[in-house]
Amino acid sequence: MKTKSLLIPLVALSACFLGPDLADRASAQMLINGAGATFPYPIYSKWFDEYVKVDSSVRFNYQSIGSGGGQKQILAETVDFGASDGPMSDANLAKAPRRLLHIPTVAGADVLTYNLPGNPQLKVDGPTIVDIFMGKITKWNDPRLAQQNPGVKLPDDDIIVVHRSDGSGTTFIWVDYLSSVSKEWESKVGRGTSVNWPAGLGGKGNEGVAGQVKQLPGAVGYVELAYAVQNKLPCAHVKNSAGNYVAPTLDSITEALATAKIPEDFRFSMVNPPGDKAYPIAGCTWLLVYQEQKDAAKGKKLVEFLNWAIEKGESMAESLNYAPLPASVRQRVLERIKTIKY
Amino acid sequence: MAKAAAKTELQAPPEKLVQRRWGDAVFERTSLLTALSVFALLALTGYELAHGSRLALHKFGWRFLAGSEWNPVSEQLGALPFIFGTLVSSAIALLIAVPLSIATAVYLTELAPQWLRQPLTLFIELLAAVPSVILGLWGIYVMVPWLREHLFPLLKTTFGFLPLFQGPIYGVSMLAGGIIIAIMIVPIITSVSREILRSVPGLQREAAYALGATRWEVTRIAVLGYAKKGLFGAVILGLGRALGETMAVTMVIGNTPQIKASLFAPGYTLASVIANEFTEATTDVYLSALFEIGLVLLGVTILVNVAAQLLLKTFGGPGVKPQN
Repeated sequence: MKTKSLLIPLVALSACFLGPDLADRASAQMLINGAGATFPYPIYSKWFDEYVKVDSSVRFNYQSIGSGGGQKQILAETVDFGASDGPMSDANLAKAPRRLLHIPTVAGADVLTYNLPGNPQLKVDGPTIVDIFMGKITKWNDPRLAQQNPGVKLPDDDIIVVHRSDGSGTTFIWVDYLSSVSKEWESKVGRGTSVNWPAGLGGKGNEGVAGQVKQLPGAVGYVELAYAVQNKLPCAHVKNSAGNYVAPTLDSITEALATAKIPEDFRFSMVNPPGDKAYPIAGCTWLLVYQEQKDAAKGKKLVEFLNWAIEKGESMAESLNYAPLPASVRQRVLERIKTIKY
Repeated sequence: MAKAAAKTELQAPPEKLVQRRWGDAVFERTSLLTALSVFALLALTGYELAHGSRLALHKFGWRFLAGSEWNPVSEQLGALPFIFGTLVSSAIALLIAVPLSIATAVYLTELAPQWLRQPLTLFIELLAAVPSVILGLWGIYVMVPWLREHLFPLLKTTFGFLPLFQGPIYGVSMLAGGIIIAIMIVPIITSVSREILRSVPGLQREAAYALGATRWEVTRIAVLGYAKKGLFGAVILGLGRALGETMAVTMVIGNTPQIKASLFAPGYTLASVIANEFTEATTDVYLSALFEIGLVLLGVTILVNVAAQLLLKTFGGPGVKPQN
């Protein structure tokens, strides 16, 4: 509502500047409001920009206020769609007035980045990462690290763990993975957008974690893949459940999506999928849409957009370092979009 | 008012005067309204925070203030490490900023040559205009590495016998947080102190000189002694800002909710945890606890200010009061 009331004077103002001809079009344009996750913001804003060329009668306004806010606002129906980096909990979903659909859009991954002399290519498995983040493995030349990295000279330095201090979907994917490989992590720390970290320092945002890892010799932390690629950070290869060490790439994430078990309601975690070439620390991001749309005109436009996003929009994902949905998942998502009534 | 009423009874004032009085009344009421709106704002803020935090208030009660665990997953939430972090980082900031700011203000008003005063003042005010996120990034990439490589090892070897300077050095730490706050509050304390020192009457100085005081004695007794109360007010203004500083502090303090004696250990502040976790807080109790953190911050700020006012009443003498 807030954004709406802000936008009306804006539209009116632009109408004054653009003259009567354009003003008519501006007032006829429908505005669809959304709010939520920050992680997919770049791809969503690209989609909204491109979609104007497809259908100029509708305009999207997306506020990247965070997944918590996105879930709250769609539950309160103050926005037309929400967005979240984690699937909604059963408790939150139960608060929805009507059936709320999860529409997966793109996937991203977390990478383990580090600061070692010369930054050699490291290989690690899940239990090792858990014990590093538990504060149990404290030296770089620990036998478990040395054994997985033959030929790499690991220094006798302390490992300094850096994690995100702000609540984020990136953290959710990370602890989701750690929980999936370790019962101990699951019971002592658990899953969440913020957790009670057993060890380490907190940095704000990807840039805060990357900044501290870069500055502190011997530091290790996790950042989003897109951020690591753009800033050319060293990324460890991680052992997947098939036993292969896999580099985090868009292909290995799409492979993870293709082999992950995706339930009927699309609320899934895709860490540790069975695929041979799948990178194990990845997660999806979702749009949240009501199955029964109150406003018929808006509902129609929203469905048209969702179809376009899944059919055409997915091809823009890779240029922004997101992994697109594989064809099999896309088909299922399109089927689901068909069930939206308006 | 009573006097004025008595006068009107005796003799009706000329029409023009009545009109002006009516204008005065309007002016008085309007300004009273604006003044009251400050109270209303504070009360509303307090009410909204209390309303938002009722779930957490109900669930944790007073334990919230004493709890030192912050676990959003199991919803065991306590504010003590954040209260500790806020108070300690602000105290460090004041310890550094107060001598620096007052010395600068004294130089600017008493000692600096005329041509230097204006440009120097301008620079100090420019420092206040640096956005805190910029200062925070500078903190991560420039200040923290320098502290880790140079200042902290030096402190550790020199004062390592104190528990304050023991333990591993990461760079990001309570001390780094305090230093960045100090940088942010120096401009405000300096500007206000300078205005106060300027308003010390010239007669004060002349009288002291006439008694044969040296320049140092004039500054210490006639100027600083006279302006003591006002300078204290300037410090309080700085403290208010220090308690609420968020972004830059978050970037260098290490964001770890723990209570450690060492200033090299990372800490966390009330304002930082709200900024960090509010957007992604999905459960009701968790969100409510963050509201309560806000309520605690408001409470801490009020308490510290009241304590400072009491301190001023007890130890402050007569003299110039702060202008703003």
